[in-house]
Amino acid sequence: MMKLHDLLLQKRPAILEKWFQAALETYPADTSRFLRREKDRFANPVGHAISYGMEGLLDQLFDGNDSAKVSSLLDDIVRIRAVQDFSPSQAIGFIFTLKRIIRDVLQSEIRSGNASAEELFALEARIDSMALASFDIYMGCRETIYELKATQVKNATLKLLERTNLLTEMPEHEPDSNDDSDGK
Amino acid sequence: MSDIPEGTPKPEQLAQIRYKPPRRGWMDKPVELKKGTYCYSARSKFMEYLNLPNAREWNPTEGDWKLPADWKQTILDGMRERLTRFRSFRLFMDICVRCGACADKCHFFIGSGDPKNMPVLRAELLRSVYRNDFTAAGKILGRIAGARELTVDVLKEWYYYFYQCTECRRCSVYCPYGIDTAEITMLGRELLNLVGLNIGWTIEPCANCFRTGNHLGVQPHGFKDSIDFAVDELEEITGVRVEAPINKKGAEILFIAPSADYFASPHYYTLLGYLALFHEIGLDYTWSTYASEGGNFGLFTSHEMIKRLNAKMYAEAKRLGVKWILGGECGHMWRVVHQYMDTMNGPADFLEQPVSPVTGTRFENAKSTKMVHITEFTSDLIKNNKLKLDPSRNDHWRTTFHDSCNPARALGLFEEPRYVIKSVCNNFFEMPPNTIREHTFCCGSGAGLGNDENFEMRMRGGLPRANAVKYVNEKHDVNILLCICAIDKATLPVLMQYWVPGVEVGGIHEMVANALVMKGETKRETDMRGQPLNNAEEKEHV
Ligand code: SF4
Ligand code: SF4
Repeated sequence: MMKLHDLLLQKRPAILEKWFQAALETYPADTSRFLRREKDRFANPVGHAISYGMEGLLDQLFDGNDSAKVSSLLDDIVRIRAVQDFSPSQAIGFIFTLKRIIRDVLQSEIRSGNASAEELFALEARIDSMALASFDIYMGCRETIYELKATQVKNATLKLLERTNLLTEMPEHEPDSNDDSDGK
Repeated sequence: MSDIPEGTPKPEQLAQIRYKPPRRGWMDKPVELKKGTYCYSARSKFMEYLNLPNAREWNPTEGDWKLPADWKQTILDGMRERLTRFRSFRLFMDICVRCGACADKCHFFIGSGDPKNMPVLRAELLRSVYRNDFTAAGKILGRIAGARELTVDVLKEWYYYFYQCTECRRCSVYCPYGIDTAEITMLGRELLNLVGLNIGWTIEPCANCFRTGNHLGVQPHGFKDSIDFAVDELEEITGVRVEAPINKKGAEILFIAPSADYFASPHYYTLLGYLALFHEIGLDYTWSTYASEGGNFGLFTSHEMIKRLNAKMYAEAKRLGVKWILGGECGHMWRVVHQYMDTMNGPADFLEQPVSPVTGTRFENAKSTKMVHITEFTSDLIKNNKLKLDPSRNDHWRTTFHDSCNPARALGLFEEPRYVIKSVCNNFFEMPPNTIREHTFCCGSGAGLGNDENFEMRMRGGLPRANAVKYVNEKHDVNILLCICAIDKATLPVLMQYWVPGVEVGGIHEMVANALVMKGETKRETDMRGQPLNNAEEKEHV
């Protein structure tokens, strides 16, 4: 039996490609083509965050154990999806797809008993904890959005307005027709 | 014209661009207004104040938009009229070859992934109706020629997507034919106006501007209070009491700034900068309580509204008897000034070609409009050694510069702001080249979209800008994003808090004020924000 770790390294390119493709498929077809094609990270921040993030996450999953790094990579992706047109489950669902993809890619090894079920479960448990971490990040992003919505006007404007009683209300009645010299 | 940027494909290269916008399919899906991505409608009282058609209370999420019975004819007549009035409009409708060069250049497409935010598709929303009703091919071939009938659903789609365009013009930089989708959006909005489909965030400021001259409806006494307050505050920081003349007849120069400079933060620190600078060089200038707003939300409404709201600038210059006009750190004001003011409300033959009273420089760029951009004015002062500057007073800032869309792409103002920043700050770092100058990414909140209800869309649209800021933040510890636009100053702070926490937003003349060594000043303890300077080494300048 081959060690799961070695198997994973061997299949890493296939796993990465399928995982990336699955994430792209959550966007409309025309968009996913762009997200894949444009390699400049400033012209294509979404595509870059996803592909760079997924590479890093696989590294961490297979070989690393740096939880700060994992958080930051997840944050780069989840922060974007938290403002895009996704429900919460769609936004972080890409983590769960990884489990299916790994099982798909390793299908024959699993069937032939070449991959250790025990090791596979351990790996999946780590993917689950990534999913839980993404859930926290997602909630954090949404909370930030609510806070920003609630406070932005106050911060930027009212502080100065309250100071000098600057505002007067628009009169409710019809304006004097002379007011409008240029109207149609 | 050799200033076509490098990234623009030449016609012969177009064939090689593989990325094509979708040909069909997009036409049939009715638009769904999703929370966080559309703008609320305009209140009827503001519509009435401006005598706009079909003033009523209505809600975009409800099925019935309360359109006038003859709405369709009104729109088609409006299109016909504008196709004759604006040659560019007909041209833009006719000449697009759907090459796709613009498709992935819009920050809203890049950040949202919604294909209808590709500039070419945004334009196609209008173009499909144009084909249907104004071209022979469309009339005969219909769908095959990319034509479709104007329906209520199409109108709703216009409302959604023309208010998801910040009229930033980035896409036009890449179009080999010079098609400017921003202008298509402007015309699309103008058509929507004809049947009363306006958004609150543009119409309320327009109504206020029409009434009191500025977006928030601040009246003359309020304006004066605000400026007086700033004078006091500047004295507390610098020890220097400056004068800020208001409605002073016979002053040499009329100064016009966006109103946010005197009521919002961080704009306010830039106001302190203007006051300090004008005092230091002994400028003979005046504020106006009616031209108390540089911004002109008419640009986001209709050509008529641009003209109505802009008229006060020359009118006040004439009333006050000044020689020329100086304009502050406003973004879209400069597009109006540069592209429309002269033809709409000029010629201002009662004004003189602007000449700096301090250096004698004649401002050639302002020959016809008679209005000079403050960074051009200040960089000329610096170039001629007229200011005593201590850039180390900005050493707590590690700066980068966001080219605001309009000064960059409508005015071509690239060097002056950078020259000023580098003269007053020791730490300046550029963002990557494909995100600055004419390629600059929009803040995502311009053209009336900077409202709360549109928050998610703003975060999507602002992502490409924020992403470049994040890069210089990580690489160079940049901690302030400088800009010369009031909308930027209002909306970038929120964008930063979401995408790049820890990066502040500020104006160039705030940095000028920090560095400016004023005659008779006391030892500077704080910067304009009241943050203590690390002035162990603060030199004595007295
Ligand atoms: S003008 Fe700006 S916002 Fe509008 S379509 Fe072009 S790039 Fe997008
Ligand atoms: S607007 Fe210009 S760049 Fe965009 S598809 Fe049409 S021709 Fe090409």
